[in-house]
Amino acid sequence: MADRVQRRPATKLVPVPSTNKIPERDVDKTPILECRHLGIDFGGLTAVNEFNMAIGRTEIAGLIGPNGAGKTTVFNLLTKVYQPTRGTILLDGLDTHSMNSVQVNRAGIARTFQNIRLFGNLSVEDNVKVGLHNQVRYGMFQGVCRLPGYWRGERVAHERAMELLSIFDMQDLADHQAGSLPYGAQRRLEIVRALATNPSLLLLDEPAAGMNPSETAELMDNIVKIRDTFHIAVLLIEHDMSLVMGICEGICVLNFGEIIAKGTPEEIKNDPQVIEAYLGKKREV
Amino acid sequence: MKRMTKKNRANFLTYGGVILAYLLIRVYDGTVGLSSMIQGLLVPICAYVTMALALNLVVGVSGELSLGHAGFMSVGAFSGTAAAIALQNAIPLAPLRLAVAMAIGAAFAALAGFLIGIPVLRLNGDYLAIVTLAFGEIIKSVFNNLYVGLDAKGFHFSFLNDTVSSRLGAGGKLLIGGPMGISGIKIISSFTAGIILVLLTLVIIFNLVNSRAGRAIMAARDNRIAAESVGVNVTKYKMMAFVTSAALAGAAGGLYTMSLSTVVANKFDFNTSILILVFVVLGGMGNMWGSILSASFLTLLPELLRKFNLDQYRMLVYAIVLIIVMVVTNSPFLQQLVENVTGRFKKEAPAEAEEGGEGNG
Ligand SMILES: Nc1ncnc2c1ncn2[C@@H]1O[C@H](COP(=O)(O)OP(=O)(O)OP(=O)(O)O)[C@@H](O)[C@H]1O
Ligand SMILES: [Mg+2]
Repeated sequence: MADRVQRRPATKLVPVPSTNKIPERDVDKTPILECRHLGIDFGGLTAVNEFNMAIGRTEIAGLIGPNGAGKTTVFNLLTKVYQPTRGTILLDGLDTHSMNSVQVNRAGIARTFQNIRLFGNLSVEDNVKVGLHNQVRYGMFQGVCRLPGYWRGERVAHERAMELLSIFDMQDLADHQAGSLPYGAQRRLEIVRALATNPSLLLLDEPAAGMNPSETAELMDNIVKIRDTFHIAVLLIEHDMSLVMGICEGICVLNFGEIIAKGTPEEIKNDPQVIEAYLGKKREV
Repeated sequence: MKRMTKKNRANFLTYGGVILAYLLIRVYDGTVGLSSMIQGLLVPICAYVTMALALNLVVGVSGELSLGHAGFMSVGAFSGTAAAIALQNAIPLAPLRLAVAMAIGAAFAALAGFLIGIPVLRLNGDYLAIVTLAFGEIIKSVFNNLYVGLDAKGFHFSFLNDTVSSRLGAGGKLLIGGPMGISGIKIISSFTAGIILVLLTLVIIFNLVNSRAGRAIMAARDNRIAAESVGVNVTKYKMMAFVTSAALAGAAGGLYTMSLSTVVANKFDFNTSILILVFVVLGGMGNMWGSILSASFLTLLPELLRKFNLDQYRMLVYAIVLIIVMVVTNSPFLQQLVENVTGRFKKEAPAEAEEGGEGNG
């Protein structure tokens, strides 16, 4: 087995015919994200292959598929938790080939995690302030010596953090330890922390997991509200079909690492391949 | 601002406690009088308290393990003390010379920390523990074989063999003499200087922790991948914590040796590193006043036992005390008591909030 770390070959920027339905207001604008021939192998296993997708600047897009289809892996490729084996990621027309996780975030991609990854020992407010790390800046020296830059920075960070927490009405929880929050609140805090980094593309990995129907409905409203107030694109992975069909403008269906369908919620609902992937092949009698 | 006062209450209690302890000891010394044994321990206690605080910054705040912090103490001790001897005529004022020497010791230790951090801190795992362990041993050998002299023509260095003494011109002195270490040190450290170092260390650590950089350090400790996903350069902030800690350890080393007349490299060995780690673990990771208490108490303990002629039971009593302290610091009742006093209790989440869903992934 060729376990040698291979350098990804420089990719040619071949345009990929995108079958995505980009919302009308975004037509004629360059997509915020474009993936071309994206793929990754783990040893012998091809987890994602030939992943082509474009997302409009203010689109809410969905990525669905059965368990183990490779959805989270796509997020990990976009945020450079893994380096792609093949293909190109264009963020706002910019190739992210040479970037690492930190640089991709600074370039405009923020995410949440399927298995929640909060800073458990920090307070809710401090979690958001870590998200503001590159938005409200002052040096270590300013902080240790409590120079004016520190006080100014902390005041702005506090105000911004409270403002962001108010999206989910979480201001009252600001002093609580993040790790002690209930599950649903932890998921919402992850979204707030991601938003604090001022992204142009927000990736949500199963944001409604473990939420009851009324919470899910509230979350749907909030995702739309976030898109409308921040004018950003959202790509979300979700198993809850009511959420996906309710708010996504374009949907991409993944099975065994390959895209099997793309289109509007209506088209996806009636696609025989999608039905087969989710419900299994109809047995011939 | 009410919020700020509440958040910083515990910090101010710690500052106040240190200053109060200092004043009480001073008053006691002035009226009743301290035994010379205790008096000789005051500076070492300050040095070990600083060491424990510095290591706590690495272990408790940034979540990395260092098994060679005595190595940084050693670097600071040798470079700082050598500088003090070299500057004897240039800076006649002893407290100023002490401050300059400690700053030089801190700078050299910080440099050592930086050089170790470059290859190690970009890795994810327990590599720092292994590398610092090796560093502590290497530094010990280096200072056991290093000869540094100073005369009118400047510094002279040699390694393994002492060729420095013969090359020294008239009026020159041997600063570092290999296995003989440094001798003829003028005792310029004082209890006051020690307390100032402890307070300075506390200010640096508390202010760092409650700032943008400190939050980044703790975020990287709690979840490295998440910290990177929000744009925190984890290596940079781990380095910041580690170098700051090394510098403080270097200053403590300088303070410590300048309270003795001679110092040898073997004083700063693996046992010393582990002793400091014991202070930190015992006082509680990330808990600064805990480090202060455990470092002071455990530095005093062997001497107290000697005084009461329990010398032969020293290790036994030491072990028993360790066990008792661990049991006590883990008692929920006492924790609650301490948290109530310092106002640092962690609030529970409100009861009306929803039940947890099943974990996924
Ligand atoms: N680091 C890794 N090493 C090896 N295999 C991996 C790694 N990460 C993911 N995989 C494999 O890639 C495939 C896709 O996993 P992924 O987590 O992306 O699925 P998913 O679509 O998010 O599923 P789910 O709905 O259960 O979250 C799985 O077969 C998984 O075992
Ligand atoms: Mg997944």
